[in-house]
Amino acid sequence: MLFPLEINTRLERILLSVQKPGRYVGGELNSVRKDWETTPIHLALVFPDIYDIGVSNLGIQILYELVNGRPDALAERAYAPWIDMEAQMRQHGIPLYGLESRHALSDFDLVGVSLPYETLYTNALNLLDLAGIPVFSVERNDTHPLVIAGGHACFNPEPMHAFLDAFVIGEGEDAIGEIIDILRQFPRPKQAAGSAWREQVLHRLASLPGVYVPRFYEAVYNPDGTLQAITPTIPEAPGVITKRMVAHLPPPPVHFIVPNIEAVHNRVVIEVMRGCTRGCRFCQAGMITRPVRERSVEEIVAAAEEAIRGTGFEELALLSLSSSDYTPILELVTAISGQFAGRHLTVALPSLRIESVSVDLMEKLRDRRAGGFTLAPEAATERMRRIINKFIPDEQILETAGEIYARGWPTLKLYFMIGHPSETLEDVQAIANLCKRVLATGRQALGGKARLNVGVSTFIPKPHTPFQWVAVDTPEQIRLKQDLLRGELRDRNIKLTWTNPEDTLLEAWLARGDRRTAEVIHEAWKNGARFDAWQDQFRPEVWAAAFDSLGLDPAFYTHRPREAEEVFPWDHISSAVRKKYLYADYLRSLRGETRDDCRADCDACGILPTFSAERGEHPGIYWKCPEVKNHSPAIQEPR
Amino acid sequence: MRIRITFSKTGAMRYIGHLDLQVIWERTARRAGLPLAYTQGFHPGPRIQIACALPLGFSGRQELVDLWLKDAPAPGEPAGATLQVTSDSTVMVFQAEAPARRCIDLLQAAAPPGIDILRVERIEDHAPALQARVSAADYLVTLLEPGSVVPLAEKVEHMLGTASLPRERRGKPYDLRPLVLCLEIVKTGSLAPALHMLLSAREGATGRPEEVLVVLGVPLEQVRIERTRLLFAEDAATTSTTSDHHGSRSL
Repeated sequence: MLFPLEINTRLERILLSVQKPGRYVGGELNSVRKDWETTPIHLALVFPDIYDIGVSNLGIQILYELVNGRPDALAERAYAPWIDMEAQMRQHGIPLYGLESRHALSDFDLVGVSLPYETLYTNALNLLDLAGIPVFSVERNDTHPLVIAGGHACFNPEPMHAFLDAFVIGEGEDAIGEIIDILRQFPRPKQAAGSAWREQVLHRLASLPGVYVPRFYEAVYNPDGTLQAITPTIPEAPGVITKRMVAHLPPPPVHFIVPNIEAVHNRVVIEVMRGCTRGCRFCQAGMITRPVRERSVEEIVAAAEEAIRGTGFEELALLSLSSSDYTPILELVTAISGQFAGRHLTVALPSLRIESVSVDLMEKLRDRRAGGFTLAPEAATERMRRIINKFIPDEQILETAGEIYARGWPTLKLYFMIGHPSETLEDVQAIANLCKRVLATGRQALGGKARLNVGVSTFIPKPHTPFQWVAVDTPEQIRLKQDLLRGELRDRNIKLTWTNPEDTLLEAWLARGDRRTAEVIHEAWKNGARFDAWQDQFRPEVWAAAFDSLGLDPAFYTHRPREAEEVFPWDHISSAVRKKYLYADYLRSLRGETRDDCRADCDACGILPTFSAERGEHPGIYWKCPEVKNHSPAIQEPR
Repeated sequence: MRIRITFSKTGAMRYIGHLDLQVIWERTARRAGLPLAYTQGFHPGPRIQIACALPLGFSGRQELVDLWLKDAPAPGEPAGATLQVTSDSTVMVFQAEAPARRCIDLLQAAAPPGIDILRVERIEDHAPALQARVSAADYLVTLLEPGSVVPLAEKVEHMLGTASLPRERRGKPYDLRPLVLCLEIVKTGSLAPALHMLLSAREGATGRPEEVLVVLGVPLEQVRIERTRLLFAEDAATTSTTSDHHGSRSL
């Protein structure tokens, strides 16, 4: 194993031969370097894409501040080296290292891998390999760190079950501390021989709420290849792993790492609320992050001020899944615009509803530059909008768009999705028609200056959503629909972007995969797949060959409608929203029935009974679930 | 008000390029609470001028940057800090409800690791641009794998005895020899041999240490290069070409 000094010496020899060496040296403002020798627990937080993307990730930032806030633990960071750096590292025998101390990743007690989306899977394998840690969980011994993943993609952990020792399902703020406590209790031995450390720790982790240790579960398949059951093999492991949920959102991070090179986002991010009550049926985030919990305006403004002062960033993003639904949104926007006026700060408030109030809100936040304005209608016919439960009439979209152009935003971006259940070419044609009408309102207001960017992604039926029973469009269907849009939207003021069908299918296989998918991932990685989220790196042929060599049919995972009672590979993972509820909602979509925002009337999705104890401790309007009898008698204001 | 900051750029900062450094100064000034003056126009940006881009991988001992700060807030802008220069030329910053602080202290507290603030001075608003004034740069090239110094000394002597060193950079031919104002082998405190170079740094006539090293046959991965000083035209004229003025080094 290499010591930091040796890693440093080797690094110095190669850094000037790679692009953007600033990615690999750390030393950023607000990065935390703690004393290695006197700090008992060492964590490496890994984002499996390049620094430029990972350094802006909010999840890593939250955990970084939490762990480094503990006197008995330190957290360092590692990101995926770009292709040129990987080649140099392998050639010069440099293992993946923590940016702060340059200790090899294999020196850490715990490697935490962020898996927010599926196309990072091969990178995750590659990073373990580059760190000299066996990629298969069962091949690690007691000198290797524990390797744990978290993030939205872990709501179907099965495709990655072979590579991770454990998964944290749901929110990590509380769980990370509990895991560190377990590591304090069972310190990692220096020698592998004769130690039972890994086994002991994994048994403890298996009984920790929200933690899934895949080696303690067994999958049994039906003759037709579908799952019969996934069952625990040890008494400590629960049959169903229910996600973690932080009943009261902790203070937001404020000591954001300020990268010395340009990152994709150079900004302070404050999560104004977590969860969403809209119930769009395609949206996994909206289903798995319930209940809605809001931060107070005071807390948000104070955190934003501290973070902007401490970082010097030029942008502040107020994030949530649906900003318009933040109860005191007007109050927040007024407070933020008052606080930061004249300070050359760009404020981003994405995920606004399509209504003219949103234009008022954005106008209040507009300081000096008129950037773009983004709306997400997702579908363009009434039928489709009812099916996906995102119902916004054309008139409302046109009125809002007209308002946006009229108030001087020259560029509007519209997001749509094709491939929704039962979508026809007429539904796709309606997208083109609506875009043309929107641009016409822009031309009315701004003439030739008006621009429209149209982003059309392809629907993937994600686990834990009402659409998890639905098939993905075939590549032929997708191409037909995209051709139609490309043909219709030929206007030099319209810029159309879309997702390649191959990208969609890969994401769908990985999102919907089972334990057998792990072998496909391993095979594809061995044959060179990595950076699958990158257009210029993704190699669909490697994936096709991997499925082929393992005798698996990719269509089995993607193009097969499911029976009501099919056991899904992720059924032992619970988002607290019941499968029964999801299925009933799916049936409603088939009947074209929408569902209202559930803040007023509880739809009984399963959140309240699952988290009744937490609700009892946090009554009143802090959670946006309506007060249901027996939970708490008193209505209280949030703190 | 225009201020000139003398700073060092070391450690991880060595791998940060010129454009990124521009943003680092912008954010550092904001964290320090200094009222940056912005340019007018469609894309207003702060006025920041860094002298002579320091190539990636080099450390800098005494680099220079000029910042323009607002004397008074523009109409409609919140009242910010104001700056004053004391009789002993110290730039002081006055912020609402806070004791007066030295500008250098505020900047040092706000600077990222690898940037150290050495001096802050007021400069006439319309003084010539830094880039126009710098005429030469001193470099100290430490040899990481010393090997034999004798052949290197011969090569240095040979190079200095040559009247012209035609080379090509980005497809353009140029003569390296007149850009080398001084070249000598010196010993650093750690006894590792090093090369001192004084190279021309005028616009369109910039000598690069890497190019000199290529001529000397020293592989780039075996050296560490530090730019120790930027010289203005008037300094360069009065500076001897020996290395006496480098305090940190003993011959």
